[in-house]
Amino acid sequence: MNTLTETASHDTEHHHGPAKGIKRWIFTTNHKDIGTLYLWFAFIMFLVGGAMAMVIRAELFQPGLQIVEPHFFNQMTTVHGLIMVFGAVMPAFTGMANWMIPMMIGAPDMALPRMNNLSFWILPFAFLILLASLFVEGGGPAFGWTFYAPLSTTYSGDSTALFVFAVHIMGISSIMGAINVIVTIWNMRAPGMTWMKMPLFVWTWFITAYLLIAVMPVLAGAVTMVLTDKYFGTSFFNAAGGGDPVMFQHIFWFFGHPEVYIMILPAFGIISTIVPTFSRKPLFGYPSMVYATASIAFLSFIVWAHHMFTTGMPVFAELFFMYCTMLISVPTGVKVFNWVATMWRGALSFEVPMLFSIAFIVLFTLGGFSGLMLAITPVDFQYHDTYFVVAHFHYVLVTGAIFSLIAATYYWLPKWTGVMYDIGLAKLHFWCSLISVNVLFFPMHFVGLAGMPRRIPDYSIQFANWNQLISLGGFAFGLSQLIFLALVIKACRKQGEPVPAKVWDGAHGLEWEVASPAPYHTFTTPPEIK
Amino acid sequence: MVKKSPIILALVSLLHYSEVFANEAFVRSNINLRTGVTDISQQVYDLHMTIFYICVVIGIIVFGAMFYAIIFHRKSKGAKAANFHESIKVEIAWTIIPVIILVVMAIPATKTLIAMEDPSESDLTILVTGSQWKWHYKYLEHDIEFYSLLSTPKEQIGGQWIKGDNYLLDVDKQLVIPTNKKVRFLVTSDDVIHSWWVPDFAVKKDANPGFINEAWTKVNEEGIYRGQCAELCGKDHGFMPVVVEAVSPDDFDAWLANKKAEKAAAQAEEKRLLAMNMSKDELMSEGESVYMGYCAACHQQNGMGLPGVFPALVGSPITTGDVKAHIDIVLHGKKGTAMQAFAKQLTLKQVAAVVTYERNAWGINSGELIQPKDVHQLLQE
Ligand code: HEM
Ligand SMILES: [Cu+2]
Repeated sequence: MNTLTETASHDTEHHHGPAKGIKRWIFTTNHKDIGTLYLWFAFIMFLVGGAMAMVIRAELFQPGLQIVEPHFFNQMTTVHGLIMVFGAVMPAFTGMANWMIPMMIGAPDMALPRMNNLSFWILPFAFLILLASLFVEGGGPAFGWTFYAPLSTTYSGDSTALFVFAVHIMGISSIMGAINVIVTIWNMRAPGMTWMKMPLFVWTWFITAYLLIAVMPVLAGAVTMVLTDKYFGTSFFNAAGGGDPVMFQHIFWFFGHPEVYIMILPAFGIISTIVPTFSRKPLFGYPSMVYATASIAFLSFIVWAHHMFTTGMPVFAELFFMYCTMLISVPTGVKVFNWVATMWRGALSFEVPMLFSIAFIVLFTLGGFSGLMLAITPVDFQYHDTYFVVAHFHYVLVTGAIFSLIAATYYWLPKWTGVMYDIGLAKLHFWCSLISVNVLFFPMHFVGLAGMPRRIPDYSIQFANWNQLISLGGFAFGLSQLIFLALVIKACRKQGEPVPAKVWDGAHGLEWEVASPAPYHTFTTPPEIK
Repeated sequence: MVKKSPIILALVSLLHYSEVFANEAFVRSNINLRTGVTDISQQVYDLHMTIFYICVVIGIIVFGAMFYAIIFHRKSKGAKAANFHESIKVEIAWTIIPVIILVVMAIPATKTLIAMEDPSESDLTILVTGSQWKWHYKYLEHDIEFYSLLSTPKEQIGGQWIKGDNYLLDVDKQLVIPTNKKVRFLVTSDDVIHSWWVPDFAVKKDANPGFINEAWTKVNEEGIYRGQCAELCGKDHGFMPVVVEAVSPDDFDAWLANKKAEKAAAQAEEKRLLAMNMSKDELMSEGESVYMGYCAACHQQNGMGLPGVFPALVGSPITTGDVKAHIDIVLHGKKGTAMQAFAKQLTLKQVAAVVTYERNAWGINSGELIQPKDVHQLLQE
């Protein structure tokens, strides 16, 4: 191709809209298209992982073995966890980042659009492989999402190889996504968009992206060692060959604890965006929010062994990890206090994004409280590996991360589609979710304290009543999400009132200065930032 | 719309209940940690309640402020937004105060933790070994050891029978320990990681293959205490309970003597069996009960295994080929797989019976009978 035709084709391409048909989605390098792909993918995975949770709750509806075999039950808990973490929450946040970061910093697109396309399109293959592993002889991975060795090495089935491959692909995808976020934020901010003017969603994602780059390779290392231990005769985690199974846990949780913050920092960003909008007041303590995020990110690297208090560490190590874990609740608390102070003496209104944000603040804080309780090592010996822990991480992840994602969707969906969604349905979704999620997860504290271990397909009869209630809450929560599905489909079909550029009267930020729906290309010339 | 606060209500009622439970000295609460039967478990319970109350108080303050704003600072009531967005004083205060609270909390927690991790000067040492899916107990000073298996009948799990009171929390042979003595546990595993947990003692320790962990307890009250394996250890993780009976030191000595006598009798019986042949019926009925107790969890009741996970015995080269190889794999297991060594777990008679069973059940009927002396001979080689 010579220079002449290249310029010519470039010219014709300059103001193009999206390509037609399926090719638009396969070859797209547009941040909005890729954001949409990520979000739909995450939502589908949320439903798939949710279906597995329904199987788990159906089996646990009554004591005794009714519906599934214990081996299959373990596959369900394992794959449910993997899909929700790597398939639903993480891609959904990446989708949000793709859609919103360029618009929030006044950039025309992500810095590395082709890599963006690649990082999305390898994901469906990772999850096809993971799901396919359920059908190999011997069943899918059944060792928990934490895949502790040697259960995942010597004692696992051959689906382990597929599991390892799938996790590698997910890791590569996350790393590419993170690089893209970092490069975009470093290089593509509009003139005048200084660091301390960046919206908090951008800040939290910026820090999250560094966490991702730091720990995804550690996860890749862990799965690779599992693979070589299982198939190539190494003994990383095998005492008989000079290894140590507890070392696996150190490696896993060195990834795992920052990982839980990877799933919550962007949520903090979202809540810090929505609460000021509907309080009609600037965010309280913006700088301290940034510093709190950074300190949480730092501390998240030195608390990992709080997941391992019962493995038999030396006392001084237990003390160190107890103190650090207690400490991490301080910046987390600062965040919550700042949100409340933002609402204090505001002019509050309670549109659906705000409802979910308020629910987030209360329920996430509840998860923080149980986290603080878990930090107290001597008591953690009682809580560890019971339903109390299950309650803790579902409060921070479902009513935390996932509620923030739902809030973000209700906040920005009109910007994406150009129409206001069905507010009646949205409120129905909120109240159904709020009630059912608490019926589902709150009693888990009780059964956990009363002594019910996690990851068991059957339990002693003293836990029967609570488990029945929990299962009912579970089914109701699962069904409630179908309301959300219907609502989003309606909005995507443009059924609803058209909205203006600035959808919410109290909103601030560059994304509200472009038309609704956001044009295919935005900020091809950088906006001015006052 | 106002968001009601079901959470606060729930917290308050939880608080209320736990107080009722504490006052009436209920040990087994349905919704709260138990106080347990050791000084340590009592301290742990107190720490638990302290941190819980701290959370409740912080929760009331923070959510109280938030709901106050929600109710009184709403736009629909004509509230005008203020414009403040920082206050160094307030921000320092709500950083420092939590730190102080945490330090206050950390002091008793540290004390208890250090006490829990000090197993020195114990009166009795028991080696606890987990394996898929049972516990093995060995009294190191007394040369007594035995396996402890779930004894809840399969029919209760499958729903054909009514579930008993201690459903899934019953074992064939429970661990017996003396009260008011410091008992040290050495915890390890033969295969994957398990976790030995007795809530009433506030003892939970992982059983790591190839490593030995220490824990200890000193039980104040006689009684039977039940717990479960707490670390996912494969298919039957939910089916390996821990049952400990604490008896007075005198009763414990009597129990020890009894166990020793039992052991001597069993050895004599073993000798007697070596000299004689057992009938097919005897071997098959004993073999069936051993098979169901020890083998069926993996190889399944019909001997067909779980494809891809546990191999079938029906038609396998081991059960149809050389008898010696068959006995050998039962005695010594197969390295690098879930097939464990049963030499320690089963008597000569039991091994002979189960091998006979596996070569004659499920319509195979090879007619081969294996006698205890055959097993004995192989063990000598
Ligand atoms: C105040 C902050 C927090 C503290 C002090 C805290 C503390 C803890 C502790 C000590 C455990 C281990 C419990 C055990 O296994 O015995 C734990 C488990 C867990 N936490 Fe947190 N946590 C906090 C916030 C969060 C957040 C924000 C998330 C995620 C969004 C999170 C997700 C999890 C998960 C997923 C587990 C369980 C992992 C597993 O074993 O499968 N936590 N937390
Ligand atoms: Cu953690």
